[in-house]
Amino acid sequence: MTTSTATDRRERSTRRPLPLKTLALVALCTVLVLLAALSVTTGSRQVGWADIVAALGGSTDGFDRAAVAARVPRTLLAVLAGAALGVAGAVMQGVTRNPLADPGILGVNTGAALAVVVGMASFGLASATSFAWVAIAGGAVTAVFVYAVGTLGGGGSTPLKLALAGAATSAALTSFISAVVLSRNDIADNARSWQIGGLGGGTQESLQQILPFLVVGFALCWLCARGLNMLALGDDLAEGLGERVALTRGTASLGAVVLCGATTAVTGPIAFVGLVVPHVCRLLVGADHRWLLPFSALGGGVLLTAADVVGRVVARPVQIDVGIVTALIGAPFFIHIVRRQKVRAL
Amino acid sequence: MNPRTRDRPATTGHSPAPEPASTLETVVRGRVRRARRRRTIIAVLAVLVAAGFAASLMFGQTFYPPGDVARVVFGQEVPGASFTVGRLRLPRAVLAVAAGLSFGLAGVTFQTMLRNPLASPDIIGISSGASAAAVFAIVVLGLSGTAVSTVAVVAALAVALLVHALSARRGAAGTRLILIGIGIGAMMDSVTAHVLDRAAEWDLQEAMRRLTGSLNGATWNETVPVLVVLVLVGPLLLAMSRDLEMFRLGEDTAPALGVRVARTRLLALTGAVGLIAFATAAAGPVAFVAFLSGPIAARLVGPNGSLFLPAALVGALLVLVGDFAGQFLLDSRYPVGVVTGVLGAPYLVYLIVRTNRSEGSL
Repeated sequence: MTTSTATDRRERSTRRPLPLKTLALVALCTVLVLLAALSVTTGSRQVGWADIVAALGGSTDGFDRAAVAARVPRTLLAVLAGAALGVAGAVMQGVTRNPLADPGILGVNTGAALAVVVGMASFGLASATSFAWVAIAGGAVTAVFVYAVGTLGGGGSTPLKLALAGAATSAALTSFISAVVLSRNDIADNARSWQIGGLGGGTQESLQQILPFLVVGFALCWLCARGLNMLALGDDLAEGLGERVALTRGTASLGAVVLCGATTAVTGPIAFVGLVVPHVCRLLVGADHRWLLPFSALGGGVLLTAADVVGRVVARPVQIDVGIVTALIGAPFFIHIVRRQKVRAL
Repeated sequence: MNPRTRDRPATTGHSPAPEPASTLETVVRGRVRRARRRRTIIAVLAVLVAAGFAASLMFGQTFYPPGDVARVVFGQEVPGASFTVGRLRLPRAVLAVAAGLSFGLAGVTFQTMLRNPLASPDIIGISSGASAAAVFAIVVLGLSGTAVSTVAVVAALAVALLVHALSARRGAAGTRLILIGIGIGAMMDSVTAHVLDRAAEWDLQEAMRRLTGSLNGATWNETVPVLVVLVLVGPLLLAMSRDLEMFRLGEDTAPALGVRVARTRLLALTGAVGLIAFATAAAGPVAFVAFLSGPIAARLVGPNGSLFLPAALVGALLVLVGDFAGQFLLDSRYPVGVVTGVLGAPYLVYLIVRTNRSEGSL
C-alpha cells in the first residue's frame, strides 16, 4: 500500500467500493436480524427465555407464550413494511428527482387511507387483500394527481410545489375521511384504530394476504433500478441514451404505489420512513439505484423494527405507535434536508 | 417629483394643454370607482355576516321571531328564548363570527407575508401545533377550559417561532419556512393521532372536533378569550396591512420602500399566530377557512387595496354558513370543519392548479 504505483491505484479505485458496500450490506443484515430477535424477545410484557423458546416451537399455552407468538408476525410485518416503505421512498425520489418525495408527504398514504375507509363504509370490505386492492387504487390516483399538480407551470416539479401540493391534497382528503367516518358510527371505531397506524394488525393471515403484492412491488422497482439511474441525468439525456423515459417512470411509480398501498392496507399510514431511509442510504452507497434499493429495503426494515421496539419498551406498559416514533425521528430529518438545500434549489 | 410639477398647472387651469388633465381625471375616476367597488363589497359582506348571525340566532329546533331574539340579546328575560337563544345559540353564533374573523385575518396575513396562497396556517403546521397541544392538555394532563386555551396558544406560538427560527438561516426564506412548517405539521398531526388513540373512553365526536373543528357545545368560557384577542390584535393587523402588502413586492423591495421587514414580520407573525391559536383552542382548526378566505376575498375585491378586512369577513361568513349547513341542511349533523373541508377541497385543488400554472400570488 505504501508503494503507490499507477496500477496499484487503479486497482484500488475499481475494487475498493465493492467490498465496502458488501461489508455494509452484511452489517445491515446482521443488525436487522439482531433487531428482529430483540423485537421477538422484548415487549411490554417481560417473558423468560424458556417461554420464548417454547413459543417459537409453536406452543401458545399461557399469556407469556401467546404474547411471544403474537410478536413473530408483528416483527415480520415491521421488517416487510419498513422495506416496502424504504424502497417506495427511494423510487419516488428517483422518479420525481426530488429530495422531499415521500409517500407520506406526497399524500399517497392519505389517498390509500381514504380509499380503504370508503371501502369499509360503502362496500363492507374487511379482509387485508381487499384493503390492499382499494388502497393501491386510491394511492395510485392520488400519486398521479399530486405529481401532475406539482409539475404544472414553469420549472417542473420543484420540491416546494410538490410538497405543497401533497400537503394540501392530504388535508383535503383528510376532510373527506372525517365526513365518511362521522356519518357512519358503525365503522367509526374500526376506521379510527386502523387510520392511526401501527403494526398491531400484523397477523399470520394479513401477512400472507399482502405478501404477493409486496413481491410484485419489489420486483417492479428492482426492474427499474437501472432506468432510475438514467432518469437522474434528466429526461433529455436519458432519452438520448436509449432509455424509454415514460415507461420507466410509469413502471417504477406503479411499483412504489403497490408497495405503499399494500403496506398502508395493513398498518395504516406510516410517515417519514420513505423519506429518511433513502437519504441515509445514499450517504452510505451513493446514488446508484442498483445498490440504493436493496440498502433502502434493509434500512427501512431496520428503522421500522427499531421504532417498534422502542415504542413498546420506552413507556411500558403503554405502547407508543410506530407511526409516532418514525414521525418524531423523521420530521427533524426532513427539516435538516430542507435547511441543507440552497434556497435557489428549493 | 416630476409628474407632480407637471400636473399642477393642469389642475389649476394655467396650462392650455388639456391632455394631462383628462389623463389625470381618468386615473382619479378609476381609482374612485375601484375604491367604491371595494367599499361596496365590504359593506355587502358585512351585511351578509350580520344576516347570517341573526339567522343562526333565530333558526334551530324552534323558531324565535326577531323581536324575541333582540330582547334576549339586550338582556331582557323572555321565557324559553332566554335559555335557547341566550345560553345556547348566542355563544355559538358569536364564536362562529369571532373564530371566522380570526381565521380569515390570520390566514391572509400569512399568505401576504409569505407571498404564497398555499402558505396558510393550516398547511404550515401552526393549527396542527395548537390542536395537538389542546388534545394533549385535555387527554393526558386532564385540563379544561381556559387552561386548555393557554396551552394551545403557547404551543402554537412555540411552533411558529420554531419554524421561523429554523428557516432563518442566512436570511429568512419564505420557501424554506413553508417546507419546514409542513414537516413540523406532519409531526404534530401524528402526535394528535396518537394521543387520541390513547384516550380510549374519549368519544369520537370530541376526537373529530379536535381534528376538524366544531362549534358544538360552545359556551362563553371558550368564546370570550377569542373575542378579546380579536379586539386586541385585529386592529393591529389591519393597521399593518399596508406594510404587509409591500411584502408582496419581494423581500428586497419591501425594505427599499421603507418597511422595517424584520420587525413587521415578527409582529405580524405573533399577532396572526395569537388569533389562530385562540380560535383553534375554542373551535378546533376549522378546515380551510384560514386557507380560503384570502383567495376568495381577492376574487371578490380584485387588485384594489388591502385584502385584510374583506378576507376577515369572508372567514366569518364561511364559518357561519358552514355551521348552519352542518346543523340543519344535511341529512345527518356534521361539525362545521367537515362541511368547510368538503366544500373547500375542490376550490383548494383549483387554487393549487391555478397558482402553479401562473406562479402568481393570491
